This record gives sequence, structure tokens and C-alpha cells, in this order.
Amino acid sequence: MLKILKYSCYDLLRSRWSYVYFLFYLLLGVVLLFLNNDLSKAVITLMNVIIILVPLIGTIFGVMYYYNSKEFTALLLAQPVKRSSIFLGQYLGVALSLSMSLIIGLGLPFVFYGLLESNTIWDFSLLLITGAFLTLIFTALAFNIALYNENKIKGFGYAILLWLFLAVIYDGLFLMSLIVFESYPLDTYSLVATMLNPIDLSRILILLKLDISALLGYTGAVFQKFFGTNLGVLLSTLVLSIWVILPMFNIYRKSKRKDF
Amino acid sequence: MNISLKIVSIVLLVFSGFANASVIVCKSCELSTIKQGIDAAKENDTIFVKKGTYKEHNLVIDKPITLIGQDYPVIDGESKGEIIRVISDNVTVDGLFIINVGTSYTEDYAAIRIVKSKHFVIKNLVLEKLFFGIYLEKSSFGKVYHNKIIGDAKEEYSSGNGIQLWYSQNVEIENNIITRVRDGIYLEFANNCSIKNNISSDNLRYGLHFMFSNDDNYEHNTFENNGAGVAVMFSKQIKMLDNTFKKNWGTASYGLLLKEINDAEIIGNTFEENTIGIHIEGSNRIRYDNNDFINNGWAIKVRGACYTNTFVNNNFLYNSFDISYNSNLNDNEFSNNYWSNYTGYDLDKDGFGDVPYRPVKLFSYVVNRTPETIILLRSLFIDIIDFSEKVSPVFTPENLIDHQPLMHKI
Repeated sequence: MLKILKYSCYDLLRSRWSYVYFLFYLLLGVVLLFLNNDLSKAVITLMNVIIILVPLIGTIFGVMYYYNSKEFTALLLAQPVKRSSIFLGQYLGVALSLSMSLIIGLGLPFVFYGLLESNTIWDFSLLLITGAFLTLIFTALAFNIALYNENKIKGFGYAILLWLFLAVIYDGLFLMSLIVFESYPLDTYSLVATMLNPIDLSRILILLKLDISALLGYTGAVFQKFFGTNLGVLLSTLVLSIWVILPMFNIYRKSKRKDF
Repeated sequence: MNISLKIVSIVLLVFSGFANASVIVCKSCELSTIKQGIDAAKENDTIFVKKGTYKEHNLVIDKPITLIGQDYPVIDGESKGEIIRVISDNVTVDGLFIINVGTSYTEDYAAIRIVKSKHFVIKNLVLEKLFFGIYLEKSSFGKVYHNKIIGDAKEEYSSGNGIQLWYSQNVEIENNIITRVRDGIYLEFANNCSIKNNISSDNLRYGLHFMFSNDDNYEHNTFENNGAGVAVMFSKQIKMLDNTFKKNWGTASYGLLLKEINDAEIIGNTFEENTIGIHIEGSNRIRYDNNDFINNGWAIKVRGACYTNTFVNNNFLYNSFDISYNSNLNDNEFSNNYWSNYTGYDLDKDGFGDVPYRPVKLFSYVVNRTPETIILLRSLFIDIIDFSEKVSPVFTPENLIDHQPLMHKI
């Protein structure tokens, strides 16, 4: 599996896409820092980018990579290699190289700017960790979609729809349900609803670390109380991990039985 | 004896008759306590207190005298109760360092209390470890300036106010520094007072607090990091000019709270980094002019029954929400403000945007209805519905609109 992971990584590096991705984040970091001159503001803007763009790129990239390397996969399948290690290796190759581009691309300008001496380092590391998690999650989901759909167009369609659902539609439904049930106590419900969507969970985790959390008022206080405890941190890491592990397991399961 | 000598001696005699005598109190003098000094002094005398520590409390000044501390003598009340009480007109207290005022839950012990007196001057005092600082009770026409009040309040119920005015008129409070008490300055039934150039910070409750006080003005003060900046309640004709309200940040904090305030003027103030810049309830005919709202959570939050207020020439810069309204009805006027969120254009180059600006976002309307929805802050979905509401308003007040938003900051 490690060998295939390595090949996938090299393949991506050769295809220049991860460089483009890396340069994009590098540029973003530099522009944000040197136009803004304020670390904590830059972190807020980055949050917006990370919770929208990272899942989108993870999804598209995952689907694209799977369809593109289909011939290579067919070749590998003819060799005495375990199926699961082929697909999981490919998945990890894509997801890890994307996360690397993200972390190095954003990390470099911030390190040069003097992040290590600043207090925002924890906010920033949280940002990168959630970014990495989101990449892992959405690439895994994308691989799942691609495995189930031979038709490229259909696969892309579903992938985009998945992103749209989790990034936008889910919040819409959430908002509507909150308004409809406004006369009931909603704290626990909103906690659970937030935990179920990785994008919302990342957003709240980052928001609570920033000054802006004071705006959240009473509900924010409930959230702060929950996520501030060890249990809350543990639980949210667990939920994010489940979001990675479940799709990965499904890749393993599906790839075993799939006809090629 | 020649005539000129006679004249000189007469002049001297007359002069010494009118001149105020001075009494000196020091640790090694004949008068070694301030109490003895006050007893020894006659009307219009000046008492000089030399450097040293005087363990005294319940000092009563009952005649018009001037009490001056030289090199900041310390009066240590040993937490036994009130320290100085003034019950005479024309008293001046200057240059003392007063510490350890007693705490009581039945009586408001103060470092210095003025009772039913006029024309007092309290200046250059330093107060530490206090319950109440300077307490003016039914006293008028006085000045309180250049004092430093440093408390160590921990709970609202067991702490007092820095400067408190109760039924006191025409008092000037200037250049004081007040920190870590309950309310920095508290006015109750105090009219025609002016409060200038004070710095009130890190207080548990309010930096400045008005209750039933009319015709007062406060200007050039700084209120920073208080439980909740300034509260103006049940008062009329208050002028609030050129103050700075900063960093009143917390889940229930605001820069300025207006409750049942009529005919006030709020001009030239800066509201920076407050959770809520101004929280308005039941306040009418107020002019908001030339204020800067910078980086607040909500710049202005309007709760019911606010009519005929005008907001003109203000800067709204980078607030999460500019205006929040809880009703569909609007009788307040917004015009010629600069909004950093404004995205319109100015084709005729007259400095005003050609497209009107709607300061109330749909999300702020939704949050007002269902406070729990605030957890969707900064979600992409919210940006989308805000945009669509901006294009065609359905929920936000139809006439809450700035027809001539400025293109450039004032």
C-alpha cells in the first residue's frame, strides 16, 4: 500500500496540480498577511476560505484523480496486489498530498511573518488541522462517489451536489428547522446538528477560538461550555475522525467486490 | 515712633486679621493626627498634612477649611468604616492618599463623603482599597477633579462605585482615572453636571451610569473594558460628545446602553470593538452625528419603541452587523452615513452613492427572531440569503434605508 501511496504522490507532483494548489495557498497567505497586517483578521478570512474552498477542491480533485488514473488502476489490478491497498493507497496519496500543499502553502508565509512568536499560533494550528481533516473527509467521499459511478459526468455531478449539500443546503435546512421549532429549547438540537456536518463543526470550532465568539451570545455560551471541555474536544475530534474512517472503510469494502 | 512705621504696623495688623491661618499636622508635630488638626483649625484655615501614615477614620469636617496633603500623606482607615465626611460648605480637600475603606452591606462607606454642602473642591486624591470612593450626597456646585481611584472589586454585590452622585446638582467631574470598581461614575437624580476627560476602565459593571438625571453632559471621556461601557437610563437632554467606548467585549456587553432616553445628542463619539456599540430601547428624538462605529459585533441594536431618531454623517466600519432591528416599523432617519459594507457606485461623482443602502441584513432579522440561529454566523448559506435579501427586500423594514450613502469615510 505504501508503494502505491508513493506512486500516487509522485504522480500528483509530476502532474503539477499539487504545485498549483500549493502556490495558490502560498499566494493567498502572502496577500492576506501583507495587505491586512493583522494576524487575527487574516485567520478569520482564512477560515472562510478553508470551510468553503478546501472541501470543494478536495471533492473535485478526488473525483478527477480517480477517473484520470483509471487505466493505471486497471493495470495495477492485473498485478498480484491487494485491491484494498490499491484504492486506499491512491486515496491516501491524493488526500495527503493535498493536505501537505495546504499546510505548507499556508504555513510558510505565516511562519515568515512571525507566527511562532504570536499568540494566534493555536488558532492557526487549529485552522490547519481542521483544513487537513476536511481534505481527508471530502477526498474520501469523492472516491466513494467515483467508485459507485462509472459515468464521469454523473460522478462529477454527484460530487458537486455533495459539496453543495454540506456547505450550503444543510445550513439552509438547519436554519429553517431552527425557525420552525423556535418555541422549543434548541441548544442540544443545534449542538447535535452542528456535530453532524463536518463543515459546520469546523466552522464552529474555529469561531469559538476567535474573539468573535462573544457575538454568539447565549447559544455561543452553551457551545463554548461544551467545546471548551475535554469531552467536547474529544467528541469533535472523534466525529471528524468518523467522517474520515467511515468513507475509507466503504472504499475498502466496495473496492473488494467491484467488477472492473 | 514715626508715621511710616505706624502705617506699616497697622497694615500688618489688618492683614493678619483677615489672612487665613495655617495649621500644620505631622507625625512629630504638636498636632499629630488629622482629627486634632481639624479641631484646632478655625473657619477658612488651611490644614497642611505632612508626609506620613495616619491611621484614622470617621473624620468630620464641619467648617469651611482647606485640607491639603503634602507629598501624599496616607490616611489608612484600617477597613473600619467611612474616612472623611464633609458637612460644611466651601471645603477643599487636596492631595491625600486614602486607603482601606470599610466594607458594609448596610451602609455605603466612602473614602470621602460630602453631605448637604456646596462649593466643595476635591482634587488630587488617590484612593485605593475602597468600597465607595467619592460620594456626593445632596451636594451641589462642586468640583471633583484629578483624582485616581483604584479599586479591587471582585463581585458586584460586595463592591461600591468610584464616584457617586445622589441628588447633587451642578457638579464638575474632570480628569479622573477610575478603575476596577463597580460603577466608575454613578449619577442618580443628578442634574446639570458635566463630566469631562475622565478615564473609566476595567469596572465590573458600568464605566458611567446615569439614572433619572437630566441635562448632564459628558465629553472626551474614555470607557474601556468595562462590564458594559456606559448606561444612560430614564434621563433627558443628555449630551454625549467625543467620548471613546472601547473593548466592552463579552456575551452581554455593550458600549452604550440607552433606555428611556429622550432628546439626547450623541456626537463625535468612537465605538470600537464592542459586542454591541449602542443598544437602544425606548429612546426618542436622539441625534447621532459624526460617530465612528469600528469593528463592533453589532454597531447599533434597536429594540422597540424608538421614534424620530436621526443618524447622520456616521462612519460604520467593518461591523459584523451594522444595524439590528426587531420590528418592521421604522420611524428613524438614516442619511449621509458611510458604510464600509456598501457596494454601490457613484456615476455622477457627487460623493454620494447612486444606489440606496439597506443597513439591516436579513440574517440580523432572523437572529432577532430566533437567537439560536446565530451559530450559523459566517456560513456560506447566510451570505447567500443576505445577498438575495439585499437585491429584493422582503423581511427587513422597507423604509429603513440610507438614500444617500457616502462614498468616502468622513
